[in-house]
Amino acid sequence: MNDKLYNNRAWWLILPMLLLVAFSAIIPLMTVVNYSVQDVFDAHTRFFTGTEWFRETLNDPALQAALLRQFAFSLTVLAIEVPLGISIALLMPRKGWQASAVLILVTMPLLIPWNVVGSIWQIFTRGDIGLMGWGLRELGYGYNITRSAADAWGTIILMDVWHWTPLIALLCYSGLRAIPDAYYQAARIDRASRWAVFRYIQLPKLTNVLVIGVLLRFMHSFMIYAEPFVLTGGGPGSSTTFLSQTLTTMAIGQQDLGPSAAFSIIYFLIILLVCWIFYTAIMNLQKDKQNKGA
Amino acid sequence: MAEITLKGLAHSYLPQPTSPGDYAIREMDHVWQQGGAYALLGPSGCGKSTLLNIISGLLEPSSGEVLFDGERVNSLPPEARNIAQVFQFPVVYDTMTVYDNLAFPLRNVGTPAGRVHERVLEVADVLELTAQLKRKAKNLTADEKQKVSMGRGLVRDDVSAILFDEPLTVIDPQLKWKLRRKLKEIHRRFNITMVYVTHDQLEASTFADKIAVMYEGQVVQFGTPRELFEAPNHTFVGYFIGSPGMNFLEVALRDGRVVSGAVSLSVAPAVHRAVAEARSTNLKLGIRPEFVEVHPAPVEDAMEARVEDVQDLGTYAIVQLRLGEIALKARVEEDEPLPEERAWLRFPVERLGLYVDEFRVEIPHE
Repeated sequence: MNDKLYNNRAWWLILPMLLLVAFSAIIPLMTVVNYSVQDVFDAHTRFFTGTEWFRETLNDPALQAALLRQFAFSLTVLAIEVPLGISIALLMPRKGWQASAVLILVTMPLLIPWNVVGSIWQIFTRGDIGLMGWGLRELGYGYNITRSAADAWGTIILMDVWHWTPLIALLCYSGLRAIPDAYYQAARIDRASRWAVFRYIQLPKLTNVLVIGVLLRFMHSFMIYAEPFVLTGGGPGSSTTFLSQTLTTMAIGQQDLGPSAAFSIIYFLIILLVCWIFYTAIMNLQKDKQNKGA
Repeated sequence: MAEITLKGLAHSYLPQPTSPGDYAIREMDHVWQQGGAYALLGPSGCGKSTLLNIISGLLEPSSGEVLFDGERVNSLPPEARNIAQVFQFPVVYDTMTVYDNLAFPLRNVGTPAGRVHERVLEVADVLELTAQLKRKAKNLTADEKQKVSMGRGLVRDDVSAILFDEPLTVIDPQLKWKLRRKLKEIHRRFNITMVYVTHDQLEASTFADKIAVMYEGQVVQFGTPRELFEAPNHTFVGYFIGSPGMNFLEVALRDGRVVSGAVSLSVAPAVHRAVAEARSTNLKLGIRPEFVEVHPAPVEDAMEARVEDVQDLGTYAIVQLRLGEIALKARVEEDEPLPEERAWLRFPVERLGLYVDEFRVEIPHE
């Protein structure tokens, strides 16, 4: 016998939440969808275009190039920041005033707003008054981020690494602190090497924080805008013009709302897809492989 | 295989210890013989785990020596001592399978794969882990994990002793019993010295042949469970072992009588002599509740006491008594008559212990 009382009026309690999500996410997203499938001239004149904008943007060589650059950038910064962040976390002191001091020093770059980071590096890399620009030239290297694409790329990557490696380091530091001493003691008794301790104790315990770190860093770097915009303006040429800057130029500069909306949706789907693939892959690694032989 | 000797061992976590209270382990000498099953019993914070970590090499003692088969190992790290330790909370390598976990200590020293396979299967068989070998250690239950961490100690043929630091804390009660039996079986089969730290007297007495009771950084008694029960060496052992603990009466000699507070005790002449000869003002008479004779009616040489409470526990009853101002407990078996409001007590001389400055002095009796 099931004498549970059914009363579905409680569903009304989620109404405020629903309204909030509608205003913050669903309605803006639907507006973008709306623009992506129509050609809108003014409030009363519009034509349904179907998939035309999508086809157009996907075939646009400038956008394709920006997308490739974007992937190259995101993968490069991840490949540098993750191992570097883990190494920094491993080297950070655990006790005493040194721990607090290092923690504050490491956190500092995270507290600086994006466009300020861009400005700092813009000045830092100037050949006349910037320490790095001037220093490299004095050392005999013809460093110039407004002329050399390689210099511009290197500098943007260095800037992103400086700005965001601390996030990975902090996440890993907290993950490492959460490992009970008994694990290290057991490893010593089992005569594990330093590498084995890292590989079988520290790294597995860091998996969860690293998933968060990598996802955050991927999303962040894939949407990077203010820093390269301030530092290089996307140049030289279009060598450091990443996706969001291309999109901004298209939407705000050229008022091409239809193609920009179509591209926004593609952009959103790419981020979602990559995150999903990555998350699923990591989570699958932790499952039992029952069918595999020992 | 090793005999572990502790010589003049002391440890303090402070860099400059001054008073005895600064020491986690006060100076002690102790020998754990090869192949013995020992328990280290004591309340939380008495130094049990510290002592264990000193033996395994995770801690270096402030002073004194740790000898394995007569060889000084003080400065040797745990990896060089051939010792295994099982911790309170199971430590397994999450991402590895059970098989790889068991193989880990062997692979770390480059054992050939064939030998590793042989040992892992053997140990898995003893621990009943064969069915789980291919599973990831992360997904095991707490008791299986604890078996894996024990197994990592057992796979090594060079291991001279296994130390257990309250290994059954996180195990369900019904499985505790099973694992304890498994431990006994392993001990018989592998002839390894085992030291088992616990604060549970039942666990200690079912596992160990000999128990070392620790109190405030010292081993106050080392003996069989029976010795600890019948002749506690120290008042603490009396309190700690047995349920309820031992009765202690502070005594003194006044006007030729053995008195406790205002109560004049009726005791055998031997007890009288022992009290008279003791050179201290800190004297206590100790008797276990099991050995207090309780009579419902007056008998010769008995002391009259008030019955305050009777707790009937089925096969026996615990009677709370008051002898003058002194609170006492006595255990009365179900076939013995229970006293009602008043009871007459006798302390058999062969069951009495005199404690001078908290340590037991035997009372000679015929």
